[in-house]
Amino acid sequence: MGARGGMLHRLEGPQTLGRGRWFWLGFAIAVALACAYPLFEDDYTVGNTIYFFNWVFMALGLCLIWGYGGMLSFGQTALFGISGYGYGIFVLNFGPDHGFTLIAALVAVAAAALFAAAIGYFLFWGRIGGVFLGIVTLSVTLVLERFMAQTAGPEWHVGTARLNGFNGMSGMAPLTIPWPGDDIVLSPDVPLYYVVLGLLVLAYLGLRILVNSSFGNVLVAIRENPQRATMLGYDIRRYQLAAFAIGGAFAGLSGVLYTSWGQYITPSSMGLTAASLPVVWVAVGGRSDLTTTLVGTLLVIGAFQALTVYGSQYALVAMGVLLVLTVLAAPQGLVMAAARLVTRRRP
Amino acid sequence: MFDTAFGFLYQFGDACAFLVLCAAGLAVIFGMMGVINLAHGEFIMCGAYVTSAAARAGVPLGFAIACGALAAGLAGVVLERLIIHRLYERPLDTIVATWGISLIVSQGTLIVLGPSMGAVGTPFGSVVVGGYSYSVYRFVLMAAAALILLALYVLFTRTRFGELARATIQVPHMAQALGINTGLIYTATFGIGAALAGATGGLYAPTMTLVPTMGSQFIIEAFVTVVVGGGDVFLGTAPAGVFLGFIKATMTTWEGQLAGQIGLLVAVIIVIRVLPRGVSGLLLRERA
Repeated sequence: MGARGGMLHRLEGPQTLGRGRWFWLGFAIAVALACAYPLFEDDYTVGNTIYFFNWVFMALGLCLIWGYGGMLSFGQTALFGISGYGYGIFVLNFGPDHGFTLIAALVAVAAAALFAAAIGYFLFWGRIGGVFLGIVTLSVTLVLERFMAQTAGPEWHVGTARLNGFNGMSGMAPLTIPWPGDDIVLSPDVPLYYVVLGLLVLAYLGLRILVNSSFGNVLVAIRENPQRATMLGYDIRRYQLAAFAIGGAFAGLSGVLYTSWGQYITPSSMGLTAASLPVVWVAVGGRSDLTTTLVGTLLVIGAFQALTVYGSQYALVAMGVLLVLTVLAAPQGLVMAAARLVTRRRP
Repeated sequence: MFDTAFGFLYQFGDACAFLVLCAAGLAVIFGMMGVINLAHGEFIMCGAYVTSAAARAGVPLGFAIACGALAAGLAGVVLERLIIHRLYERPLDTIVATWGISLIVSQGTLIVLGPSMGAVGTPFGSVVVGGYSYSVYRFVLMAAAALILLALYVLFTRTRFGELARATIQVPHMAQALGINTGLIYTATFGIGAALAGATGGLYAPTMTLVPTMGSQFIIEAFVTVVVGGGDVFLGTAPAGVFLGFIKATMTTWEGQLAGQIGLLVAVIIVIRVLPRGVSGLLLRERA
């Protein structure tokens, strides 16, 4: 009991909504339901649900950068793409045996974090913030997309992996866990579902600990007033850079999981439309809290998927309308507004 | 030797004109309100579409471009009144909202008007200088860029509106206390910015294929020019256009279009490390 109390203490704090016995009971029920889910659904639906989960890491990373750090970045999809391509290049060159896919995943996520850190160095040491941060990261994303889109020729290859321009890379092996006897290939199926669900729970809890730690509190202090944080003796650039790199690593994780899930990555996964989606998820959910971001992301992706039946352009118009309405009517996010309503009613 | 030099100057002038035209509308809005309008590309698209429609209906190209600018400007005024003016206290949210608008407009255009729009031919033909042929229309674009800068200079320094606008930029509350309708000034400025974007779209409509996502071909250049230039159109956008135009022309001549864009981006990322407030920040600090 004492140990659990200690862990709960680190999971809870001023920077996250939801605390106490009832919240964690609800959390446990949600996780249990998610664990039981594959028993009641066919494999195709389970595979599709994994696809939903893949994106949440990127959204949680953006929540850390934007919601907690106050740095609006459109660069998450660039890091997603770097990591996805990185995974593809590594696996196509070295093959899936001997756990190489897991090494590839680590290398790809590290590459995304490093790229984020490199961009972040110039941005934060130049003391760029606010609106400029948004447009510089967006420019980086768009240029990267254009660069990848023109790599169609045979001269664009890394080792044996062709980049294939606009059509993208495909045919890389999915994540494979080396196992005595027979390797476990994580194709979009029930085992992968549990792996991604486990990662998701870990990421959520890990980020909760992070934002409630002293690092998270300083990050929020910087968001609220950079000058005050500087005066209090914090080198805000280091904190911003660290948050940006960690958020980038989460985008990278999404990139790896997506590429491994579909065995496929294209430049359009970094394009203007793709770059807008994480912003929609996080803004609509409620960027200033991890839980509302998580719930909002799943809801919005679900709605988007449902609308895509009528054509993706209609779904995108709906996303745009949703975004504008959220900014105007509930700047804290729709899920956040709903959560506030519920908690206010409770005595 | 002369041929090469002329060729490079042509490239350089073309790049400068493109950067200045792309960025002027964005810079006017940013300089006035500190708002970055992510729907900038869609205003450019709107101007190009209206210009093309008018030109194909038989309106002379010059008037067609004016129609495009007017349409985009009106759209800008409507948008400012409906949405943007509620968000001046929250600049980051303005980015998000204009981004949503951009999504709605580009995808909405795709739904309503289909994947492409009939083009207008490039007028004026070409001239041959030392064995290479150059499109005359590109020279018109260079002149247009210079003319637009001049017109903005006159508007902001020589007219009653410009005086009120500059007062509003400097100390909004004081301007308001002195009886200036700052809301109206903001709306008008946003409209001017949108109209400039529309004019840019109209000017470039004869040189490119018109698709609903064409705005994204302009915004990188517009963003980097505004980031390097800072909030002042004359002390920022114009010098930034020249500086970045040089880089773009050099890189494009050397390695092609994409290298030009990558060069721009790298230049910008280095410049912000050295000059966080942009060129205009540097110039203004030295003058002060």
